[in-house]
Amino acid sequence: MNKAADQRRKALQEGMLPFAVAVLLLGLWQGWTVAAQVPEYLVPSPWSIARTLVADWELLSGALWVTVKITLLAFGTSVVLGSLVAFAFVQSRWIEAAFFPYAVLLQVTPVVAIAPLIIIWVKDPTASLVVCATLVALFPIISNTTVGLRSVNPGLAAYFKLQRATRWQTLVRLRIPSALPYFFAGLRISGGLALIGAVVAEFVAGTGGTGTGLAYQILQSGYQLNIPRMFAALVLISVAGVVIFAALSALSSWALGGWHESEVKP
Amino acid sequence: MNAPLPAIEVLSAEQVYPNGTRALTPVSLSIEKGEFVTLLGPSGCGKSTLLKMIAGLLEPSDGRILLSRQPVQEANAEHQLSFVFQEATLMPWATVEANVRLPLDLAGMPKSESTPRVMEALQLVGLAKFAQQRPRELSGGMQMRVSIARGLVTQPQLLLMDEPFGALDEITRNRLDADLLKLWQQQGLTVVFVTHSITEAVFLSSRVVMMAARPGRVVEDLRINAPYPRMDAFRTSPEFNEMVRHLHGQLHMASDHEEVQP
Repeated sequence: MNKAADQRRKALQEGMLPFAVAVLLLGLWQGWTVAAQVPEYLVPSPWSIARTLVADWELLSGALWVTVKITLLAFGTSVVLGSLVAFAFVQSRWIEAAFFPYAVLLQVTPVVAIAPLIIIWVKDPTASLVVCATLVALFPIISNTTVGLRSVNPGLAAYFKLQRATRWQTLVRLRIPSALPYFFAGLRISGGLALIGAVVAEFVAGTGGTGTGLAYQILQSGYQLNIPRMFAALVLISVAGVVIFAALSALSSWALGGWHESEVKP
Repeated sequence: MNAPLPAIEVLSAEQVYPNGTRALTPVSLSIEKGEFVTLLGPSGCGKSTLLKMIAGLLEPSDGRILLSRQPVQEANAEHQLSFVFQEATLMPWATVEANVRLPLDLAGMPKSESTPRVMEALQLVGLAKFAQQRPRELSGGMQMRVSIARGLVTQPQLLLMDEPFGALDEITRNRLDADLLKLWQQQGLTVVFVTHSITEAVFLSSRVVMMAARPGRVVEDLRINAPYPRMDAFRTSPEFNEMVRHLHGQLHMASDHEEVQP
């Protein structure tokens, strides 16, 4: 009993460490800007960023919502599309051999380079941004899920064959559960990439005056030398990224916690 | 007494790999219902190959294999045989109960019908209390028991086991050997058991088929006449040692100083 309580306290202390570091760094930053009288248009103090966050909340929260919406739509599309492509790949080596190079091509082409084209081609501004972000987020899902669907314990595969399991039974009862750990690892990478893709696409589109997301706010603030707001928008992007990662980690741990080595608590 | 129906007939079945390697020269073997037959031999003698051919996992290059006078594939379709692998091959994401239920699920049996059979199979291997655990929470020996329960749940007539206890420590292995014999007698099974351990073969079997490598072949077919139930005392009896010594000598002659477990 005592030991369990001890462990919990230790875990809590470990969980507090990043916050302690944050407090320390923010304190140093605040102290430096005040002591050295750094002008706000070069490096704003944390306090001034926080004040801007509150003061401009209406503007910034609207922008945050736009960016988050694009991120989530792109992420959802990547998960559905990526899984379907992975299923197609494992159906036959021919399909994979024929199409995998194009999946790689998609991955290695910088989204900044093709975003202007997509923005021209796709009329609806939100849709065009979602397409850009999806292109960035898609590949980890395809490649991880494909590897996962192939990573079946050979002994179990032989057992399913011996029991004359149908193709469908083998897929649902063996391949998909075996793929889950890989799939969730892909989700965590892809979630962050969807946000990055959304922001990058907004930057490209923002100069054309279509976006109202956080990247657009950063650009605008830059033009107006409103550096505290620029930082405030940046903070929101980072927080959104952390929240996405944490949510996907929690999902993964909920789904795999009972059995997979990566999530089982010692 | 009627002549008992042969459970397994191996009719000059052989296995030649596409590259020309002869894994198994033609073997003929008739196994009666209710026998406990061990295929014993060093690695490379084709004992696992023979077992896989009996299971229908591997097609013989030539010759035929019949189970209860039927071709293997048909017999397999009626769930007459169960195969227990060298490893437990359990689904790590599923509970013990779901693992044991798997063959019934795959055959489309409704849950109401399969649940009592699953619980019965778990009781047979002494794991009823662990039904809701995941495989990783169990020891290697217990995982193997789950695998055996999964083999028994289809109520097979024939149990094929490919070095099932090879990865376990000797004490656990001895205990599982004794439990397996109990199950074999209770359930009236026919068992074909592959091992490279002479003592395990002598302890378990009513009949030992000894094989040798290069090329894979049968060198001796020996009846072990000691009465069942066999207790631990049997392992230290003079007749046990005599048979072990005999088989050891045979193996030595046949396999040209290959490494074999005593």
